[in-house]
Amino acid sequence: MNWKLARKAPRLAARAQIIQKIREFFSNRGYLEVDTPVLIPAPAPESHINAVEAGKLYLQTSPELCMKRLLAADYPKVFQICHCWRRGERGSRHLPEFTMLEWYRSNSDYTDLMTETSELLRYIAASLSTNGMVSYKGLKVDLSGKPETLSVRDAFAKYTGTTMEKALEDDEFDLLMTDLIEPRLGNEGPTIIFDYPAEKAALARLKADDSSLAERFELYLAGMEIANAFSELTDPDTQRERFLQEIAYRKKIGAGIYPMPEPFLDELVEMPPAAGIALGVDRLVMFFTNSETID
Amino acid sequence: MYTVADLKKGLKITLDGDPYLVIAFDFAKPGKGQALYRTKMRNMITGSILDRTYRSGETFEPASLEDRKMQFLYREDTHFVFMDNQNYEQYRMGEEAVGDAKNYLIDNLPVDLLLFSDKAIAVDVPNFVNLRVVQTDPWVKGDTSGSDSKPATVETGYVLRVPPFIEEGELIVIDTRTGEYSTRVKG
Repeated sequence: MNWKLARKAPRLAARAQIIQKIREFFSNRGYLEVDTPVLIPAPAPESHINAVEAGKLYLQTSPELCMKRLLAADYPKVFQICHCWRRGERGSRHLPEFTMLEWYRSNSDYTDLMTETSELLRYIAASLSTNGMVSYKGLKVDLSGKPETLSVRDAFAKYTGTTMEKALEDDEFDLLMTDLIEPRLGNEGPTIIFDYPAEKAALARLKADDSSLAERFELYLAGMEIANAFSELTDPDTQRERFLQEIAYRKKIGAGIYPMPEPFLDELVEMPPAAGIALGVDRLVMFFTNSETID
Repeated sequence: MYTVADLKKGLKITLDGDPYLVIAFDFAKPGKGQALYRTKMRNMITGSILDRTYRSGETFEPASLEDRKMQFLYREDTHFVFMDNQNYEQYRMGEEAVGDAKNYLIDNLPVDLLLFSDKAIAVDVPNFVNLRVVQTDPWVKGDTSGSDSKPATVETGYVLRVPPFIEEGELIVIDTRTGEYSTRVKG
């Protein structure tokens, strides 16, 4: 008997329950569950995400492009629970193969998703916890209320000795985010940080009143990044331009270059204004089962 | 030369001229950001702990460390002098670096010395050493006070608890991992 596996039974049961609750939540809200190909010819070119090659194709790093093509084909609300692969990512919160929940809705923006994500958390918490309180590594996280919201700029002002602009200039944005900001987020209830610098959101729409910021947010629970969302960029020319910038950056750092996702760019013109979000299911299960690592 | 991909628990690297042991390591990646490698390291000379986060592309010098069989020669004020059994070279170490091992260092004791760029930074003594008791109160026969141990001083000046029947001049075995009395040497 493999005891390591046998010992995981209660956590696997919780995982199955969480996934069942997710499905229930979205089908109650009129979302269509979809299942797009995992083997794809061209993953989205993003600076720091590396795909696993499979022959002449790639394993998806996210179902994002396929799901946006569904939006463009007039499917207004879609969700998917699927496996994704990212080469070289391994740590206490990273697996090279992991489970992602993504959902997209037309005629919405990222503020609608802030609300919907909090509602999803409350819905899952209602079946897995008492009064929406979850204990995680000595913290008591309350999922019953509204999330704390903080702009990325304010988070830098509050938790680091520098400003968001200065951190970007010094190439310390990611470092400060990991070391000083993330550990402080979501320790009492969920925290949403929003409005990322434009260059940190290759597929997001920029803010109408400030083109240096993108309509992107991330949700944190107990210092752990759980979900990432945008108001989606729908302009194919700008999207191509952004992809070219990402490709140029990848060339500069010697990362692999993927083909341009042409069908996605062709169909993007037909995509209505929309918002989309990706949520790490394994990390959500970690949180609800008070697990130290993602394994 | 190591890269971030080599980082793991137990790796020994040189940083700012000192040897460091990686004692904790994790991969981190803030949403869509660059890969980061968080490490906790212990300075192998001072024992101080250092937290550092590295990015891909950074490199490290391995720490050139060497274990050598030596013997303890003598103590000179606050310094301890050891000799390499192979080439008879002598190495000196300060009291602080020797640490608890000083309780067990008697002449000719075989030890392992850890060298970093030809400088002795740590000494490893055998798990069990025999030391002679130089002072302890005599055992009063028929003592019914119930005390099952008493203090004794051994030849290195180290004081430990021993059973009441141990007498001055006796050889005892000490477990150097715990610093406790183990047994007495018969004969």
